[in-house]
Amino acid sequence: MVALDINTGKSPKFVGDPHAVPKIECGAMADVKSFAAHPEHNEDLGFPGELLDNWQEVAIAKIGELAKKNRAFQVYLDTCVKCGACTDKCHYFLGTGDPKNMPVARQDLLRSVYRRYFTFAGKYFPWLVGARDLTKEVLDEWYTYYHQCSQCRRCSVACPYGIDTAEISMAAREVLDSVGVGQKYCNEIIAKLKKTGNNLGLNPKALQATLEDLEEDLEDETGIPVKLPLDVKGADILLITPSADFFAEPHIDGLLGYAKVFHAAGVSWTISSYASEAANFGMFIGSYENMREVSWRIRQAAKDLGVKRIVFGECGHAWRVGYSFLNTLAGPFDFLDQNYPIPQHIMEFTADAIDEGILKIDKSKNDEYVMTYHDSCNVARGSAMGREEGGQFDLPRKVLKAVCNNYYDMEQDTIREKTFCCGGGGGLLTDDLMDLRIKGAKPRMTALQQVSEDHGVTHMAAICAICKTQFSKVMPKYGYQMDSILSVHQLVANAVILDGEDNEDDTASDADNTSMEEK
Amino acid sequence: MPAGVEADFRSPFSGGGGLVLGRKNVISAFYAGLFYIASILLVVGVGYKVFRYARTPAPLKIPVSPAPRTRTGVVFRMVREVVLFESLFKSNKWIWVFGYLFHFGMLVVLLRHLRYFTQPVWWWVEIVQPFGIYAGFAMLAGLGGLLLRRIVQERIRYISSPSDYLMLILLIGIAGTGMLMKYVEHTDIVQVKAYFIGLLNFQILEIPSSPILLIHVGSVALLMIIFPVSKLMHAPGLFFAPSRTQVDNAREFRHEVKWARNLPPLPEDIEQKKEG
Repeated sequence: MVALDINTGKSPKFVGDPHAVPKIECGAMADVKSFAAHPEHNEDLGFPGELLDNWQEVAIAKIGELAKKNRAFQVYLDTCVKCGACTDKCHYFLGTGDPKNMPVARQDLLRSVYRRYFTFAGKYFPWLVGARDLTKEVLDEWYTYYHQCSQCRRCSVACPYGIDTAEISMAAREVLDSVGVGQKYCNEIIAKLKKTGNNLGLNPKALQATLEDLEEDLEDETGIPVKLPLDVKGADILLITPSADFFAEPHIDGLLGYAKVFHAAGVSWTISSYASEAANFGMFIGSYENMREVSWRIRQAAKDLGVKRIVFGECGHAWRVGYSFLNTLAGPFDFLDQNYPIPQHIMEFTADAIDEGILKIDKSKNDEYVMTYHDSCNVARGSAMGREEGGQFDLPRKVLKAVCNNYYDMEQDTIREKTFCCGGGGGLLTDDLMDLRIKGAKPRMTALQQVSEDHGVTHMAAICAICKTQFSKVMPKYGYQMDSILSVHQLVANAVILDGEDNEDDTASDADNTSMEEK
Repeated sequence: MPAGVEADFRSPFSGGGGLVLGRKNVISAFYAGLFYIASILLVVGVGYKVFRYARTPAPLKIPVSPAPRTRTGVVFRMVREVVLFESLFKSNKWIWVFGYLFHFGMLVVLLRHLRYFTQPVWWWVEIVQPFGIYAGFAMLAGLGGLLLRRIVQERIRYISSPSDYLMLILLIGIAGTGMLMKYVEHTDIVQVKAYFIGLLNFQILEIPSSPILLIHVGSVALLMIIFPVSKLMHAPGLFFAPSRTQVDNAREFRHEVKWARNLPPLPEDIEQKKEG
């Protein structure tokens, strides 16, 4: 299954260090810029279409406003002591060597301007504290390097003061938007969502047709009419899933997995055409208002359909917004069933179903795979799952081990809260940034190559639409095939046996099945 | 002024022969003014900044992993951060070693210095005295390591501004002059103590005119003055970082701030939205 010749050697060899620090190369990524947004899309989001004449004034005022409205932004701009603990933590720095991709240097692009206009030291002694005027060159530099940050928060875990570059990067993008400098990828997608309900621009009819096709596929495979309901009023569960689950590989296989789990659990569920998107790109551009508006669609859909519960599909940033922000942005959800978490993650649902012995599982169905798991950054560092701390790490592994016989973790410093971003998160999953995406994936790919070398791992699973798309694009650059990235619920789908399903070796098993322990 | 101290020293501004503005008196008065101003700037400046941090709302729940689910858990997390520098330990051992030597060396040294401000000296300050000596070396070693790293390590050199070096040099100056007075050029420590206890009682006595002492206390005053307008604010700032201080319970408790509540309401049902 893997193009890389990994299992031919006699003994494991050292593949490379995922944490290897490159030599500093100033300006290495200065020319890598994502496309600017069309004026129309900026306006759709409530921003000026093009660069304002008085942009400098507006940008400075915006920085002041954000410092008043957001404690994180204000405190983080003040408290950095330049200790350097974060400098080797960003996957984009490790992959590119461009010093402005070191978290502290990235923050300083904005901090230097904040100091100049808002602090005593910067106003009177700019040379002493590295403060600088806001010029057009600085604005361009912001656009370049704040679109080379995937807002993955790995640096925040490393910082002794918890300074979160994601907060600075979101604020910077909001300042850019407020003066009419938007990014095409994010703004176009948010505009599309506001019109059609999803990032893809799929209308309800097309969505209906897609789901019907998938139902046919499922029935062909299992002989059982497993449904993928759309806009069913009175269903118990509203599934909010990334629109990539409707068309992309391996995302679709994950969607089929949710359908099988829901079917096996015997719950009624539905997708909404109005809120047919889990991802909330409002977060990427740091716009509270846009994020709220996108989130609000979920509330409206849940009310309109009269559901009792909301379950999120596999989508990393969506889950951060879902878990950490949804209650704030679109709550209170007092009209839903309070006996379940609001919202719930499909992983929590499946893990519970496994615990309760509801799912019949044949682990041998996944024996062709030797699996590892990629903790998606926003799930790992921006949210949680389950009742126990660290559930966002443990539940996906528990589910994987319940449906696969072969599972190994990657190196400890590259997983769980120290996981590396896939290289495509935070609004960077666009072809115009492919160079950055390939380089940014290097630390993760090196850790994967090592576990492939040591344990013969062939495939990696993830629970984020962006990770899946990113890896299927960049894995071929690192010696893997594009289908070496799988959805966790794809593996669940493979292993689950539905009642009445034709199955020659019907050795349904549950919790008794001992899973292969990671080393 | 406590008894026993007054008897030993003359105040240039009180008693006997009236006000005599000799060179020594000018120095004593200058340093008195400096310390009063520095203390006011430190307290007011830090207080104002902390007030601003506290007043600024955190609109969203952004705790960063590993995030505790309870308030108690957050208290333990912060205690570990403050006492052990936990995150720094996990992310960079060298910076942790130097940073820890410096900060905790400085803490013990500061505790040792309490003897110059208390009469009689508190019992536990007496106990700290011998450790304070070693702590001084630890502090210098830590500062030296941090400065060396800043100069030698390419990545840290890249992110450093002049103020980052000067801050370390200032601290090294403070620790260094302190050590010099201990081991090389003794100053009249009894008179120093009388001077500072005098200041605490709003009386200006005579400060010993040893240059090393004057550099030492002058640097301390400078540090106090720049504290609120510099990166030294990391000390109180640590307690206002939402990524570390927030409880991870967004699903259970609705987190809301005032400005967000005042945003224009969005339509509740889909039909309205479509028409609007």
